[in-house]
Amino acid sequence: MTPLLAWQPEATWAWLQGSPLLGVLLTLAAYRVGRAVHHRCGRHPATQPVLVAIVLVSAVLLATGTSYGEYSRGGDLLAFLLGPATVALAVPLHRQAHHLRRLLLPLLVAIPLGVVVSVSTGFWLVTLLGGDEQLAITMAPKAATTPVSLVLSGDAGGIAALTAVLTIGVGIVSAVLGPWLMTLARVRHPHARGVAMGAVSHGIGTSRSLADDPEEGAFAGLAMGLTAFSTAVLLPVLLGLFGA
Amino acid sequence: MTSRARPPRPASVVFLDGLLWLLGFWFVGELVVRTFGIPVPGAVVGMLGLFVALQVRRPGPRSATLTAADGLLAHLQLLFIPAGVGIVAFLAVVRDDAVPIVGALLASWAIGLVLVGWVVTLLLPRRGR
Repeated sequence: MTPLLAWQPEATWAWLQGSPLLGVLLTLAAYRVGRAVHHRCGRHPATQPVLVAIVLVSAVLLATGTSYGEYSRGGDLLAFLLGPATVALAVPLHRQAHHLRRLLLPLLVAIPLGVVVSVSTGFWLVTLLGGDEQLAITMAPKAATTPVSLVLSGDAGGIAALTAVLTIGVGIVSAVLGPWLMTLARVRHPHARGVAMGAVSHGIGTSRSLADDPEEGAFAGLAMGLTAFSTAVLLPVLLGLFGA
Repeated sequence: MTSRARPPRPASVVFLDGLLWLLGFWFVGELVVRTFGIPVPGAVVGMLGLFVALQVRRPGPRSATLTAADGLLAHLQLLFIPAGVGIVAFLAVVRDDAVPIVGALLASWAIGLVLVGWVVTLLLPRRGR
């Protein structure tokens, strides 16, 4: 007969490793710390909560010898929410819809152009700097939002999971430095700033834009959606032209 | 979605309703995309669908959908953490190809951002700039 109480730490640890609980808990805790750090540092752009959290979670995984596969049992649960969050981007757009008409032409020109530039510079610069063709294909769709970029990369012969990392990387760089670079380049209008952020740095750039200015954020969200669409259509064509 | 001329719902139900609308539009978006072989994520089509629905129905500021969307978007960065942590699986690759990876990423990002910003600025109607 099994005793009612039994001291069994090994079984507990084995259960924890197979459960998504640890991954979710760790991610939420790291994000909470990231937000606190961001707040403490006077909302300094270099302390984006997502960046702080990725560094923290990665450090914990490396320190405890936990594989990414074990962590992602929990991570995948959170990543699932990217679906409803993408749908939710309709709300800021709805609030700014009265500005849409004057942005129609700029969007129709700038978004496809942005995709062509992002994909071709990503592809060619990797090649130019000594990377192989697979790495170039992996880099090419990085401006589209993660769920899109990783599928496109895999289909085209790139490393899908690495594309996801590069996509997040470009998003973080943009959330940290994007507004600064645009001010330097004299891009001042909130609509132009928002569209540019969404077009090159998807949801992470959009979250910075939303925090800076609701109008800028709404157009970042729209540009993110349109860029995902245009990248899906244009990537195979462009890679075909590059002979990849 | 609408909250006009109805008694206010408790916060718990508002949350549930809002989540249902967001997941519902995602679901419809996936069905459309997959059925017709459209090369776009279903969630983006769901976003366009919700946008049209919001424009037509004009829900009040305390509608369930708006509340749930604002709550989710406030923590948008949280949802990208798992994919970003994927870096631990690629530390060796990034170390070996640091120059093409970091160089191409930064340069391609900067060129794209400035170019799109300039083009939109140029094409915006002058009035009200």
